[in-house]
Amino acid sequence: MIADTRAKATGKGATSVFPARRTLPIAYGALFLIGSMLVGLLIGPAHLGLDAIVRALLSHVPFLGVRSHLSQSDSAILWQLRAPRVVLGMLVGGMLAIAGASYQGVFRNPLADPYLLGIAAGAGLGATLAIVYGHGAVEAYDLIPLAAFAGAAGGATCSYLLGRSAMAGSNTASLILAGVTVMSFLTAIQTFVQQQHAESLQEVYSWILGRLDTAGWHDVGLVAPYIGVSAIVLLLHRRALDVLSVGDEEAASLGINVNRTRLVIVVFATIGTAAAVAISGLIGFVGIIVPHAIRLVLGPSYRLILPLALLGGAGFLVLADVIARSILSPAELPIGVVTAFFGAPFFAVILRTSRSFR
Amino acid sequence: MVITRFTGLCALVLALLFVPAAASSRSTLPQRIVSLSPTATEDLFAIGAGKQVIAVDDQSNYPANAPKTKLSGYTPNAEAIAAYTPDLVVASSDANGLVAALGKLHIRVLLQPPAANLAGAYAQIVNLGTATGHSRQAAAVVAKLRSDVAHVIASVPKAARGLTFYEELSPDYYSATSKSFTGQVLTLLGLKDIADAADKSGSGYPKLSAEYIVSANPDLIVLADTTCCKQSAAKVRTRPGWSGITALHKGGVIGVSDDIASRWGPRIVEFMRAVATGATAVASR
Repeated sequence: MIADTRAKATGKGATSVFPARRTLPIAYGALFLIGSMLVGLLIGPAHLGLDAIVRALLSHVPFLGVRSHLSQSDSAILWQLRAPRVVLGMLVGGMLAIAGASYQGVFRNPLADPYLLGIAAGAGLGATLAIVYGHGAVEAYDLIPLAAFAGAAGGATCSYLLGRSAMAGSNTASLILAGVTVMSFLTAIQTFVQQQHAESLQEVYSWILGRLDTAGWHDVGLVAPYIGVSAIVLLLHRRALDVLSVGDEEAASLGINVNRTRLVIVVFATIGTAAAVAISGLIGFVGIIVPHAIRLVLGPSYRLILPLALLGGAGFLVLADVIARSILSPAELPIGVVTAFFGAPFFAVILRTSRSFR
Repeated sequence: MVITRFTGLCALVLALLFVPAAASSRSTLPQRIVSLSPTATEDLFAIGAGKQVIAVDDQSNYPANAPKTKLSGYTPNAEAIAAYTPDLVVASSDANGLVAALGKLHIRVLLQPPAANLAGAYAQIVNLGTATGHSRQAAAVVAKLRSDVAHVIASVPKAARGLTFYEELSPDYYSATSKSFTGQVLTLLGLKDIADAADKSGSGYPKLSAEYIVSANPDLIVLADTTCCKQSAAKVRTRPGWSGITALHKGGVIGVSDDIASRWGPRIVEFMRAVATGATAVASR
């Protein structure tokens, strides 16, 4: 951090976006993601054959002249069922991890996760309302994601307004407390509505446990723009997050408009998370474990944490989804169960090994 | 004259002997039944005990004249139930410590958990008949069910036997194996359940992966989520990757009401008939 500031002051290293020291981990991150995507495409309950899948993939590369041997039904399995799941897992996982990292930075709170500001509860309430009241009213296919998105954005807005009115926006703790308050309130409403309509219990519950399994390209198209824009904006603020980490007053003295920067980061992290939640339901642990794992291995600089959280989160969720659909194959586990069950021990290992390095 | 007086005396004696007996047997028969189980509600009305039922839970939507209340069978509240001063409560599970709580209030509870097979379902109807004083009607209902079920099974043509089916309980692909009641009654029709391969834990209700359903390529898709989740053949057709499934080409998507597919009461034969009809149609194409 200090070395960087000096380098910048002397004009060295400021020309390249990622100095060599940072390109290597990012290259590894990209390799991890590509590997995860390949594993995601190759493994699933339908045994399509490694050779056939590789040929099918290569057949989409122009000028190679490779032809796919997959039957029509196998081809549908690969391109209509498996591929959109992999892409959606990548988008959602990357978004949750980068949003989690951003929240942790902006609130200077290691326990912050993307669902912090009443997003999970708001999305849950929106989805529950759509499931309970929406089915008969509108035949629109997209009602649940839309309602979940609106709920998430609404929950975050309430938390923000409440937190700001409490302590003039300077205290991040008041924002977190406001988030907890809004979350409890919205969860209470959601539980009440759910109790009143016990017949929809299963659908609500399966939404809450998270899902990628019913996803298609349509869903990918719905969330990709929101997640893309949010991820880019957050990546552009990676330096600002490093400066904010030293404290509000210090950051202000370094010429940063603290409140505006914080607002921009929170808004875009929220929009991206809301879009991810809308399609995939609530997938826990990704937003908290992935950024911390990276922080423990590579240190506290957000210039590294943010891009790697994006890559690592994407790869992690794709792999978690492979486990979800293959460990009990041909039955399926809800993905939220997998991220928690495999994410927690994985994190424990990193926590222990990184301590032994110190 | 003497004879009439004698018979009169006899009648009086007999009446004196039997009236209290009849009265006491009547008093042990429940007159204020609360049913917290939609299946039990259907059973009670089918065996002619409907008049003794004073309240049913919020999920008991059949028959239409059942006295539906806001009582919950999922999260039962003993106080709310006791407010109806019932002399018998029928429930399908002991949720919230229901049996113990009502026991403290000296209210009899009859637990009728989900039946494992048709024999279990018949036994519950017989038990309700005994408990409510409608043994004969209960026996008749069971006899009729037995013959109807046999009739439906016999109606399935040879060509339809061995067809595979996927029974959908929710749009995220929860299904039922032939170990579950609902899956089992369909295998009685000679159909094969694709969920059987997926149930390693033996829960009876695995969550299938879409990839597996598409690659298993079932001849029939039985939608038991038409009410809860508004699924239909048209909606199934729009699911990514599903358009190649045989059931969609041969008109083998059978939508049934969630209720008849999930309850183990007298309407189970309607469920079996709907699927048998669909299977017959697919086999003839």
